[in-house]
Amino acid sequence: MSNNEEIKKVSIIVSRGSLDGVYPGLILANGARMEGIEANLFFTFFGMDAIVDKRMDKLSIATVGNAAMRLPWGQKMPTWLGMLPGMAAFATWMMKQEMEKLDVPPVREFLQMIKDAGGAIYACKLAMDMFHLKREDLWEGVDDILTVGDFYQKAAGGIVLFT
Amino acid sequence: MPVREILGKMIEFDDDGHLKNLNDWNEEIAKELAKEEGIPELTDRHWLVINYMRQEFQKIGDAPSIRKLTKESGVDTKELYQLFPKGPAKKAAKIAGLPKPKGCI
Repeated sequence: MSNNEEIKKVSIIVSRGSLDGVYPGLILANGARMEGIEANLFFTFFGMDAIVDKRMDKLSIATVGNAAMRLPWGQKMPTWLGMLPGMAAFATWMMKQEMEKLDVPPVREFLQMIKDAGGAIYACKLAMDMFHLKREDLWEGVDDILTVGDFYQKAAGGIVLFT
Repeated sequence: MPVREILGKMIEFDDDGHLKNLNDWNEEIAKELAKEEGIPELTDRHWLVINYMRQEFQKIGDAPSIRKLTKESGVDTKELYQLFPKGPAKKAAKIAGLPKPKGCI
């Protein structure tokens, strides 16, 4: 296989539900469409929060158990500090500000942008059952609910990224 | 540096295939570049995007993000992808005579 072979299709699995867990997948999917690459987004496990209508605007950052968490002036955040009430909300607010400066849209707007760009958004059947979610709980833009087998069919011929 | 003849004029391109010199650009060249990108005719809607991109580039030194472009130019995301299929940001920048956009969004 030539090293310069172009990527034609990418299927991205989003399995985490924190803001920092969801954004890489969205940026990769949108970036793929910008390059003319076919893009599928498949949400599973806690990543489902990004496509549950009532939750998708409230995703946050985990300040506990995040070893790379830093304070605004660059110093490492002591673990106990992350446990203080309001720290997660503060860190989330900070990140949203920085994202906005870079023109990264909020999750709902970003998903709509990817959809308008021709990307497809899928929910995982197993995760739906596990979290007792119904179709009407999902964001209206979700294209379909897929089993693992369905997912592989959609992903056929392209590359799969797990985030 | 690749040099190609367009409309009887020798024009320099960068390694990404975008115009090397902004000043080489004019509307006739844009039409030729569009044909090379598989867009046979530039409509008023294409021009709206192209002119907006050039205007932003002069202001900030980079092509605008798709989000900014769709919010401010009056062309929404769906239409943008129809106008410049298979890679709107890069394609529109190329036709507008601008370097490859630096942003990720």
